[in-house]
Amino acid sequence: MNNIAVKVNDLTVAYHKKPVLWDVDLEIPEGVLMAVVGPNGAGKTTLIKAMINLIKPITGRTLFWGEPYQNNRKRVGYVPQRGSVDWDFPTSVLDVVTMGTYGKLGWFKRPGKKEKQKAIEALKKVDMLPYADRQISQLSGGQQQRVFVARALVQDSDIYFMDEPFQGVDVKTEKSIVKLLEELKNNGKTVIVVHHDLQTVTEYFDWVTLLNTIIIDYGPVKKTFTEENLKKTYRSPLDSFYKNKGK
Amino acid sequence: MASPQLEIQLIGIIVSVACVIPGVFLILRSMSMMSDAISHTILLGIVLAFFVTHDLNSPLLVIGAALMGTLTVYLVELIHKTQLVSKDSSIGLIFPFLFSIGVILISMYAGDVHLDTDAVLLGEIAFAPFNRFVVRGVDIGPKALYTMGGILLINIIYVVLFYKELKLTTFDEKLALFLGFSPTFIHYSLMSLISITAVGAFDSVGSILVIAFMVGPPAAAYLITDDLKKMIFLSVGIGILSSISGYWLSTLFDVSIAGSMTVMIGIIFFLVFILTPNRGLIAIMKRRKKQKYQFANISFLMHIMNHENTEIEEVESSINTIENHLIWDRKFLNQILSISKDNGYIVVNKDGIIKITEQGRKFARDNYYELVKKI
Repeated sequence: MNNIAVKVNDLTVAYHKKPVLWDVDLEIPEGVLMAVVGPNGAGKTTLIKAMINLIKPITGRTLFWGEPYQNNRKRVGYVPQRGSVDWDFPTSVLDVVTMGTYGKLGWFKRPGKKEKQKAIEALKKVDMLPYADRQISQLSGGQQQRVFVARALVQDSDIYFMDEPFQGVDVKTEKSIVKLLEELKNNGKTVIVVHHDLQTVTEYFDWVTLLNTIIIDYGPVKKTFTEENLKKTYRSPLDSFYKNKGK
Repeated sequence: MASPQLEIQLIGIIVSVACVIPGVFLILRSMSMMSDAISHTILLGIVLAFFVTHDLNSPLLVIGAALMGTLTVYLVELIHKTQLVSKDSSIGLIFPFLFSIGVILISMYAGDVHLDTDAVLLGEIAFAPFNRFVVRGVDIGPKALYTMGGILLINIIYVVLFYKELKLTTFDEKLALFLGFSPTFIHYSLMSLISITAVGAFDSVGSILVIAFMVGPPAAAYLITDDLKKMIFLSVGIGILSSISGYWLSTLFDVSIAGSMTVMIGIIFFLVFILTPNRGLIAIMKRRKKQKYQFANISFLMHIMNHENTEIEEVESSINTIENHLIWDRKFLNQILSISKDNGYIVVNKDGIIKITEQGRKFARDNYYELVKKI
C-alpha cells in the first residue's frame, strides 16, 4: 500500500441544524484517481471544501501527509465549480490561469515572466493556448472549465481537488480533462474529483468514495463500486428509517 | 495663485479620480449601493468624532467617519448573513438608521456649528476656494485641494500595492482564501478607503456626487472594455471629463456645480450605453435586426425547398400566394424576396413560382445546420 496522502477523521459539517456530513472517516492513498459519488445534496462539495479548510467543520479534522492543511497548503490544488465566479469579470484567459501562481508569490509580489510561462504551459495541456488572450466573457462553458483546470495545474501541486469538472461540458473538454487526469496520475499525483455521472466512474477512476451524508464505502473501484453499495448510496434516508420501523 | 475657476475645476478633477479608483472595484464586487450607504452614514461618524474633539478641522473626524463607514458595511453584512433580510434591504435598513441618528444629534447638540445637513447632501464646491491652506502666513491654495490630493494619493498607492490581491479576491474569493490570502482584509481595507474618500469629498462636493463619481464612470468604462487596467484608466478619463464639462455646464446656466457634474456623469454614461460598438444599445438593435432578417430568409428558403416539386408547390411557393402560407405581411415578404433575389438564392419562373437556386440551397443548409448546432 502507498503512503496515505489525505486522512479525514470524524468530520462533521452542518448548515444550521441540518447535518451535511456526518462523522466522515476517509483515507486516500497517494497516486489514486478518486471519484466522490453520491446523490444531490449528499455533501460531496462540502466534503472537499471542508477538507481544504474553506468550510469550518463542527468536529474532526483533515491531515495531509500526517500534518494539518496549513503546513502543506502549497502542495494542494483546487478547481472550484465554474459557476462560482462571475465570467463577465474584465480579464483575459492567461490572466486567470496566472492567478494560480499567486499562492506561491504571496502578498505584494507581482507575477513575472516565469509565472506567465507556467500559465502558458498549463494552457497548452488543456488545449486552450490559442485562447490565451481572449477575454473570459467570450468563452463557452467547456472552455471555462478547461481554464479553471489550467489554473489549478500552475499551482504545481501533489494533490488536486476538482469540483464537478465534467458538469455541462462538451465532449472535447471531457476528453481533454480525462487525458489530463491520467497524466496527473502517471506523474504520481493524487486527484479527488466530485463526480455525478455513474456511467463513467469505472472508465475514468481507479478509486471511489460513495457518500450520502455518511460515508457508505470507499476504496478501489472494482471492489467498492458495487450494485449493493450504489443502492445504499442512492436510497433516500427515509427508506432506512422505515425499515428500522419494520414497515 | 490660480483663479478660483481653475481651482474649482482642479478640485473637481481630483475628487473624481479619487472616487473612481475604488469605485471600479466597488462595481465589480456588485456593491454600488454600498457607496450610497457609506457616503451618508459617515455623517454620524463625523458628528461623534466632533463631540470628542469639538474641532471641525480635526483629523479625528476623518478617522471617525472611516470607522463608521466600515461599521456600516459590517452591520449590513451581519443582517444579510442571517438570511432573513436580502442584501439591498439590509442596506436600506442600516443606512437611514445611522444617518438619521447623525441628523438628530446635529439638530440637538450642534445647531450652532457649521455642520448642516444640506451641505452633507449637496456640498458646495463653489465655496471650496474660500477655505485656504495657509502655512506660516503664506497662502498655498485651497484646503480641499490638499486633503483630496492626499486621499487620491492614498487610493493610488493602495491599488498599485494590492492590485493583484484586489483582482484575485474580487474575481474568486474562495480561491484567494485557498491560496492563503485574506479576502476579509482586502474587503474591509477597500471599504475603509471608500469611507475616507467619501468623507474627504463630501465636504466639497456632497454625498450625491460622491456616489455618482464612484459608480457612473466605472459603469460606463465596464461597457467599453474587458480589461481591468483599461477599465481603471478609462474610468479616470470619464471622471475627469465629467468634472470639467460639468463645471462649464454650470457656468453656462449659472446653476449648482456639483449638480451639473452629476448630470454630466449621467449624460456620458447614457451616451456610452447607447453608442458603444458591439455592446451599445444601437449595436445590439442592429444585430437583432440583422438576425431577424437572416433567420426569416433561411425560413423562407426552407419553405421553398420543402415544397419543391410537390403537388402543392403551385400554391405554397407562388409569388402571389406565399404570403398566406408564411403569414407575413406583403411589405416584409417583399424585403425578404429582394434580399434573396439580390443574393441569387431564388429565381421566379414564368408561372410565378419561386424556385430555389443551388446557391440558395447551400446557404439555407449551411445556416440551418449552424443554427441547429447552437441548440
